[in-house]
Amino acid sequence: MSIAEKEQEIVEEFSMLDGDMEMTINYIMELGEQLPDMPVDKKNDDHIVKGCQSKVWMAASANEAGQVIFQADSNTAVTKGLVSLLVRVLSKEAPEAILNTEITFPQQIGMNRFIGTQRSNGFGAMIKQMKLYALALSSKTQTDA
Amino acid sequence: MNVATSISVEQIRKEFPVLHQQVNGKPLIYFDNAATSQTPECVTNALVHYYQNDNANIHRGIHTLAERATTAFEDTRKAAQRFINAGEAEEIIFTKGTTEGINLVAQAYARKFLKAEDEIIISGMEHHSNIVPWQLVCEQTGALLKVVPVQPNGEILLEDFDQLLTDKTRLVSVVYISNSLGTVNPVAEIISRAHAAGAVAMVDGAQAAPHHQIDVQELDCDFLAFSGHKMYGPTGVGVLYGKRALLESMDPYQGGGEMIRDVSFEKTTYNDIPYKFEAGTPNIADVVAFKAAIEFIEGIGFEFLHQQEMALLQRGKERLYGIDGFRPIGTAANKTSVISFLIDGVHPFDLGMLLDARGIAVRTGHHCTQPLMDHFQIDGTVRASFAVYNTVEEIDTFAEALSEIVKKFRS
Repeated sequence: MSIAEKEQEIVEEFSMLDGDMEMTINYIMELGEQLPDMPVDKKNDDHIVKGCQSKVWMAASANEAGQVIFQADSNTAVTKGLVSLLVRVLSKEAPEAILNTEITFPQQIGMNRFIGTQRSNGFGAMIKQMKLYALALSSKTQTDA
Repeated sequence: MNVATSISVEQIRKEFPVLHQQVNGKPLIYFDNAATSQTPECVTNALVHYYQNDNANIHRGIHTLAERATTAFEDTRKAAQRFINAGEAEEIIFTKGTTEGINLVAQAYARKFLKAEDEIIISGMEHHSNIVPWQLVCEQTGALLKVVPVQPNGEILLEDFDQLLTDKTRLVSVVYISNSLGTVNPVAEIISRAHAAGAVAMVDGAQAAPHHQIDVQELDCDFLAFSGHKMYGPTGVGVLYGKRALLESMDPYQGGGEMIRDVSFEKTTYNDIPYKFEAGTPNIADVVAFKAAIEFIEGIGFEFLHQQEMALLQRGKERLYGIDGFRPIGTAANKTSVISFLIDGVHPFDLGMLLDARGIAVRTGHHCTQPLMDHFQIDGTVRASFAVYNTVEEIDTFAEALSEIVKKFRS
């Protein structure tokens, strides 16, 4: 599934919630619960995403196919759900695909309305961090080659 | 609560149009009053009336509108004087709010009179606004900042204060009522002990002004700062009270219009108090409307305010404390209508969002008291703070919502 297709899938899921705030937040938290555990030794200051109100940890590695695998966690359930959406969209993608993608699903699902301006900024910080990881892994791949 | 009381609260609620709305499909329950209280129609009407009838720059104009605006502005000064029982209207300085009031004292008083090794005492429950201005002064003068520790229940002990109070203490600045915990501090006793040690005493009255009758002459505080927007008034206006002799001994805080008597390139002489500290065109409209907020509180009276808020606090304790994992932060014997808490295993941000989804506005986070949160070894709390227009029914709805949310987290 391409990044665009994954984004479309999220948009469709959220549209079923009919804009109900409580259902939306509960759904986001449920998604967070499904996020694979991040190893405790990676939940340190080196992996903190700067610019988030809550604590968000993020790590990335490349698999054998050269795709980026993201791991993430947060100390708040809602933020963990939000970061899980990004992991779902951008994990197992080539670094170039991540770098060349403009994430649009937050606008499409009207995320600002239910997470507020400050958290939206934090969400932007997470995307930026994921792109930085992709860039680092892409240069590494090129160097290795 | 008797019938007469509930009728009165109902009448009071009618004066607040903002309360009668739906948020996320639910009736708004506004429990973020310690951050900003809502404004009654008399305040917004005063604001509109000013702009539609009297708008002009004050003090210098000769025309009718300037005269009306000046009179209205100075009438608020008299109302503020009455509100805190200051000896003279000239001891009332208009500011942007409590933060500016404290900064003004820090820069115009402490920076001038303190020297290296002098000491300033604050408490461990101060808002950042009553910490950082003193830290800046300490950097500028070499003075030292001492902090009275906070007890596990959110109180400070006078004996701890006495331990820090020495002949080096030049200034004491404490919060009357803690914004994070609701603790009411024994400020009268602190002021008296500070004076006995030869120190000047300042009170951060931001949270006290809407809840307690303040009498600055009885308290004998040297400075008191408070804000309009926490006492049913407009944002961007506050009061700094200072004793005349102290204010006169201080240099101006800012330079500009209004604060001068004569200006030449060789020498400028300054105006008398309070104008010496009111450089530039002030926030005239909000100051004018602030009078309506003062009169609103006076109209209700502190007796009723106190009775209503204590009833809300009591109901809150009864309904909330039994919720699974509920942990109150701040259980002082003398506290105002604030319930700060954590729920075991649930982050305050998540609770705040889920409550907002049900139309309930609370504050989550460190409440600008990070050192206090560090002291309790927590990142922050959920804070529900009640005002006179809140009802016990709202508390019940809040408790039920919180209970349901927690159950969902436990399932």
